Amino acid sequence: MNVPGNRRYTASHEWVKSEADGTVTIGITDHAQAALGDLVYVELPAVGRTVAAAEACAVVESVKAASDIYAPLAGEVVAVNEALAGTPEAVNEDAYAAWLFKLKPADPAAAGKLLDAAAYEAAVGEA
Amino acid sequence: MPRQTPLNAAHRAAGARMVDFGGWDMPVNYGSQIEEHHAVRHAAGMFDVSHMRVVDLDGPGGRDFLRYALANNVDKLRPPGKALYSCLLREDGGVIDDLIVFFLREDFFRLVVNAGTADKDIEWLRRLLAARAATHGAQPALVPRADLAMIAVQGPQARAKLWQALPGSEARSAALQPFMGAAMGDAFIARTGYTGEDGFEIMLPAPRAAALWAALLTAGVRPCGLGARDTLRLEAGMNLYGQDMDETVNPLESGLAWTVDLASPRDFVGKAALVAKPPARQLTGLVLVDKGGVLRAHQGVHTAQGMGEITSGTFSPTLNQSIALARLPVGVAPGDTVRVAIRDKELAARVVQPPFARRGKALAG
Repeated sequence: MNVPGNRRYTASHEWVKSEADGTVTIGITDHAQAALGDLVYVELPAVGRTVAAAEACAVVESVKAASDIYAPLAGEVVAVNEALAGTPEAVNEDAYAAWLFKLKPADPAAAGKLLDAAAYEAAVGEA
Repeated sequence: MPRQTPLNAAHRAAGARMVDFGGWDMPVNYGSQIEEHHAVRHAAGMFDVSHMRVVDLDGPGGRDFLRYALANNVDKLRPPGKALYSCLLREDGGVIDDLIVFFLREDFFRLVVNAGTADKDIEWLRRLLAARAATHGAQPALVPRADLAMIAVQGPQARAKLWQALPGSEARSAALQPFMGAAMGDAFIARTGYTGEDGFEIMLPAPRAAALWAALLTAGVRPCGLGARDTLRLEAGMNLYGQDMDETVNPLESGLAWTVDLASPRDFVGKAALVAKPPARQLTGLVLVDKGGVLRAHQGVHTAQGMGEITSGTFSPTLNQSIALARLPVGVAPGDTVRVAIRDKELAARVVQPPFARRGKALAG
């Protein structure tokens, strides 16, 4: 399974990458994109929106189903990947490069409490 | 345990993502359903449709029986091999199934019915035959053919690829017009399909299926799963039983009036109910205009003539837009704008007359 070691993960298949400037970048995992199939639509949160941990804040829609994306941690949306609007399939091509949005976390330590790569892999394997 | 077709191992070997489809272990895609869709529109793709059921009507009296049992009129079938698409109706006009029927000889007709309704259809036809035997004399035998597998090869290159893959098939099938079939030994080749493209559906004994699939693969035909099958048939404006119609609706409310022959004087099961009251609803097409999601079954549709509901929706790779079939009030017309409830929004969609695409090209959008 493709689960990069330089990120954290949620049981709902989001990945979280901590950036040098204190923000976190968020996307969905390779496992998630394979399960969803070809993406045809992505709806991203508004920049400036405050989200709570586990709050549904984005939607990815494949040919067969729509899927909510949950904020892995609380914070403020500081950027969204505008390019995805025109090419949602970029997520299928490289789920770890095609980020969805960036947050300024309310708690800088929150990301460190999420699943690491091994824990995520184990969680998915059990599913 | 889901049932398996004779091609189960071939799907897994090709990297299929498998799913339980009505009790059958079937491939939903082999990596990208959008690429599979484009392969059918522009080259050739193949589908394992062995879960569908061939049912033969063997013996004299078949034409008489089918004239009564089917909403479409088998008197249209005169040249041997000719087929038509029909609904099988209840007395109240509700749709039991949709099917294709081939006329092969006066004492031999072949039906192809849906996988999920096969048992129900066979039981219904058996009862009809038994009832008719009491008043009309000997009836033909109903012979379900679970011994046959079926592969659909579809696309502009489909026929040529089959002829490459199956020696001798060109001589037997090159002259077939659309909606005609011919036997080739223990196989049967029909120029039919569920995609809006040219192609063949081949019925053959189960032990021969894997070899034909492998030969088609070698000839360059792309395996395609149920995901692509759904986007293709919806673009082609073709109904899916259980979604676009079922026993609670009649064919006139389901875009299938063209498959019901009410003009001839023959009586058929369901005729009286259809004639008794004109439909208040119609099945028509929608193309999503506003951005914001994908049209899907059960979404509510607001029209100037009242509420309706989407029966089938998807994203159309050929149009690059979301499309749907929807049951709307009579009075809504092509060109009208309606509003579809998607998540917390109401998005504009345009009413269109299906099909949305055919022979590789977008018609609507």
